[in-house]
Amino acid sequence: MCGTCGCGEDDGPRYTHLTEHAHHHEHPRTVVLEQRVLGRNDGLAAQNRRELAARGIVAINLMSSPGSGKTTLLERTIADLAPQWPIGVLEGDQETLLDATRIRAAGAPVVQINTGAGCHLDAEMLRGGLAALEPAPGSLLFIENVGNLVCPALFDLGESGRVVVMSVTEGDDKPIKYPHMFRTADLVLINKVDLLPYVDFDQERCAGQVRALNPAAAVLPLSATRGEGLGAWYAWLQARAPHRRPVQFDSRG
Amino acid sequence: MHELAITQSMVDAIVDRLGPARVTAVHVRIGKVSGVVPDAVRFCFDLVAEGTPVAGARLDIAEPEGRARCRGCAAEFAVDDLLLLCACGSADVELLSGQELTISSVEVA
Repeated sequence: MCGTCGCGEDDGPRYTHLTEHAHHHEHPRTVVLEQRVLGRNDGLAAQNRRELAARGIVAINLMSSPGSGKTTLLERTIADLAPQWPIGVLEGDQETLLDATRIRAAGAPVVQINTGAGCHLDAEMLRGGLAALEPAPGSLLFIENVGNLVCPALFDLGESGRVVVMSVTEGDDKPIKYPHMFRTADLVLINKVDLLPYVDFDQERCAGQVRALNPAAAVLPLSATRGEGLGAWYAWLQARAPHRRPVQFDSRG
Repeated sequence: MHELAITQSMVDAIVDRLGPARVTAVHVRIGKVSGVVPDAVRFCFDLVAEGTPVAGARLDIAEPEGRARCRGCAAEFAVDDLLLLCACGSADVELLSGQELTISSVEVA
């Protein structure tokens, strides 16, 4: 088809423009788009956000490098909160059902999203996951992203909060090494603080890097295995649902 | 390697807008602090465009620099990374540009 006039080349009547348009299809034209590359993803994310809000669901996108303790943190959070606040989980991993199995054993409904070669979740995958999980109205939904501090940073899912989990064993320079990820975070959790006596990790240096990249982000140290700092994590979650009755938490940390 | 997904989104968006029209050139802006590596997008482009009306198109990438403004002293300055710090010492700095990830235009045969 001719890009300028829309005339067909193969079938139907043929017309010849004798004025400014007598041509042999040698007229490249420029079409101005000025369109965001991730516009489609962002549109779907906005739709997810509206639908989740309409059902009173607080959706938390958990992002980290592999091995930071996201799944352990979820197991502990489910044990402490799920009796008062229904929790559903979408588990993103390249392969296996291992994490979903752990979450189910912890007592929460879960759907595993395997991305195959994919390195992040996107808004369309979240839609598919939501259709499969059907989280209860008023529930707390955790989306455990693929363990990766690079790629998930650019993809809005439609979540209500973005949380980056890092652990003291990873080193205190992660924020400036992966600035895009930390810049998009609403909250940074520094996990495994029970290991601080054994590793060279400067908490203040790390928190300072987060502040330099993202002054609005909160930073909370905690230990998912020992319980330290969990009360502040639960209070942060609670603040995302101000109309809910506050959860009672027996602080053991 | 999120550039593969980014490049796929780019080609999908163009085909969505222009249908079967054969595209001969694609002009995009990838800001220097967008988190997307232009060379990786170039690497993925031919692969992703294959079998679509965008196949064989020339890819032209503009890389606008990062610009920021200090909320304290109102100074404007260039930035190379996301550690935004004004010369006056303030870290209360607003990023004005450099995060673009935009299809500017395409040329159609």
